[in-house]
Amino acid sequence: MNRSINLYILIMFAVSYVIRALPLTLIRGKIRSPFLQSFLYYVPYITLAVMTFPAIIESTQTPLSGLLALIAGLAAAWFGASLFQVASLCCVVVLISEFILL
Amino acid sequence: MGNESKMKNRSDGQAFREGFRDGIPIGLGYFAVAFALGVAARSAGLNPLQGFMASITCLASAGQYAGFTVIAARASYLEIAVITLVANARYLLMSTALSQKIDPRRSLLHRFGVAWFVTDEIFAIETRQKGHLNPFYTYGAGAFAAPMWASGTAIGIMAGNLMPGRIVSALSVALFGMFLAVIIPPARKDKVILALVAVSFAASFAAARLPWISTLSSGTRIILLTVVLAALAALLFPHPSEDTKEDLG
Repeated sequence: MNRSINLYILIMFAVSYVIRALPLTLIRGKIRSPFLQSFLYYVPYITLAVMTFPAIIESTQTPLSGLLALIAGLAAAWFGASLFQVASLCCVVVLISEFILL
Repeated sequence: MGNESKMKNRSDGQAFREGFRDGIPIGLGYFAVAFALGVAARSAGLNPLQGFMASITCLASAGQYAGFTVIAARASYLEIAVITLVANARYLLMSTALSQKIDPRRSLLHRFGVAWFVTDEIFAIETRQKGHLNPFYTYGAGAFAAPMWASGTAIGIMAGNLMPGRIVSALSVALFGMFLAVIIPPARKDKVILALVAVSFAASFAAARLPWISTLSSGTRIILLTVVLAALAALLFPHPSEDTKEDLG
């Protein structure tokens, strides 16, 4: 069990590092394919959105507190709160709403 | 190092100190978020040392979170490789931008060094740098932010045992809050991204419930949804890369 977790971590490291190192060390010119450019441009937003919902309402003790955190986080990020502020706000919303609800 | 940097208006030492200073708020944010990541790592069965190593080597919030989900499910090694690739695919773009931004007089070794610290936040402060990027600026930011990220993960794994369910529940949403902080500001500026975020939420919600697709692991679902939606978006709304060109200054 322990060995396989270490192997998982090694694979995560190898893939993460290769992704970051290959373009920096190999690509000197611009990527030419407009499709690939666009595809890569949209990937982060879609992946992060897919990972956020519905997982956020499943990770809390009650779905409602997760939903409230989602709404608060969306609003805070929309109005320009920093990464740290948005993350903290979501935590506080869950803490307070679960204190009231449970 | 000294000779080549004489050409620039500041030394490598100055660049390092400046990077370190800009890395302090990033590191503090990382610590809190990594603590929540540690909670996920703990439920995947990682011990504090493994969490520290995973974080110091991978430096990827979403990528690590996705990876820990795969570990928790004890899924295949291929699956963790693919999910790490998909969750971190945005670093390909950032690394590509940095390949143009990094001081061309620096050696290949510095390109490998800067690659280690390609994260959303460090990339953001790098793009704010005027002219070419001095690699020592990146090292300065990473010197504070990376250990904070890794120790936050390790402490999250250790303290997760001691914390009541309410605190764990509250901290587990910090990571999702961070994802929102990354995707929402660009969505406000670009309606296509805004629509994509909404469609992604809906598709992900549906995929977790529909027959067949809901039986797949969450990692596989994330890959499928991302590839399909990003391909559709690229076909329907080709994105011109003028803005990246400007950033390279």
